[in-house]
Amino acid sequence: MDIVLSNSGKKPLYEQITEQIKRMILSGRLSCGEPLPSIRLLAKELRISVITTKRAYEELERQGLIETSPGRGSFVKKTDFLKVKEEHLLSAGEWLGRAVKEAKSGGISLEKLETMLQKLYQEENR
Amino acid sequence: MNNALELIGLRKAYPEFVLDDINLTLPAGSIMGLIGENGAGKSTTIKLILNLLRRDAGEITVLGKDSKKEEMAVKEQLGVVFDQACFPDSFRPRDVETVLKRLYRGWDSQEYSQYLDRFELPGNKTVKEYSRGMKTKLSIAAALSHHARLLILDEPTGGLDPVVRDELLDVLLEYIQDDRNSVLISSHLITDLEKIADYIAFLHRGKLIFCENKEELLDRYGMINCTQAQFEELDKAAVLGRRKNQFGVEALVDRRRMKQGGPIERASIEDIMLYIIKGEKQ
Repeated sequence: MDIVLSNSGKKPLYEQITEQIKRMILSGRLSCGEPLPSIRLLAKELRISVITTKRAYEELERQGLIETSPGRGSFVKKTDFLKVKEEHLLSAGEWLGRAVKEAKSGGISLEKLETMLQKLYQEENR
Repeated sequence: MNNALELIGLRKAYPEFVLDDINLTLPAGSIMGLIGENGAGKSTTIKLILNLLRRDAGEITVLGKDSKKEEMAVKEQLGVVFDQACFPDSFRPRDVETVLKRLYRGWDSQEYSQYLDRFELPGNKTVKEYSRGMKTKLSIAAALSHHARLLILDEPTGGLDPVVRDELLDVLLEYIQDDRNSVLISSHLITDLEKIADYIAFLHRGKLIFCENKEELLDRYGMINCTQAQFEELDKAAVLGRRKNQFGVEALVDRRRMKQGGPIERASIEDIMLYIIKGEKQ
């Protein structure tokens, strides 16, 4: 499991953790029922506060992606992630639609838009 | 027992300085950073907790026990590190052990020798021959070798080089892997604390300005950089401190009170402390 934090990034640390774990779950790199590292271990390894890793896990719980039981730790929840993915896809489609509209009204070619999309997609990976 | 430390209405008055109405709670399993300028009352607070000073008022509960009525039981579970190692110059690490073994029922020789190895502390040298960093490491080794549940460190990083300071952060994070263990650490090197502290208590001129969850602090406060004209338009209730220069203004703001948009940057704990002190002086 890889988690890479940026201290100079605009996003708060907890959000960076939440996003990266969420991405691993939705992309299937973390499977249902798989245990997650404890908040204390994660804090120690990343050299950050326990309160920050705790907040990240609480956010993942709130989004229905993981569950935590006292004494046992946190696990990837056994739910239908396709539904979550579907929602993201719908929302992405909506935004892309707007982008296409904007590009067309400015006379921007599809090729140019594709290059831009590719670049943005890769940059966001960080 | 859910709190490692509770201070209620703590007060200590000197002719020149008054520490007053200190209320704070350190939940078990967490690290609290005690910050503030020199002379803000950090060491006084710690000495009161340890009963090294007589308090004028207030209650102190350590690990669920009253720190006065159950002093012996409390001390057995406390590990303490001061900025100056307080072992006699002629002592070697094994002499430290000989003394502490008698003081603490829970003394763990194996643990102690593991820390000595880890910190590369030579057993054949006396404290007098140790460097500043080695003395502090010896104090930490001694404080962690009787299975203390609360570790209190008063300016442990003063005069230490960055490598040793860094190692201390690892030691503290390892210590709280057991969620029954907690840490109270005072320092004016805030960037160290900012990384690993869960709670920040900010003392200023004998008053506790806040004692809060770090995540909440970082959510609440932000920094803005703007022109003088833009600054004038801000709701002054949102501004907690500012620094003017010839070309613009930098200000610490309360995000919840900011009405207008515009970029608000992350404030560090150091920004929060500096600007609140500055804000008061203006």
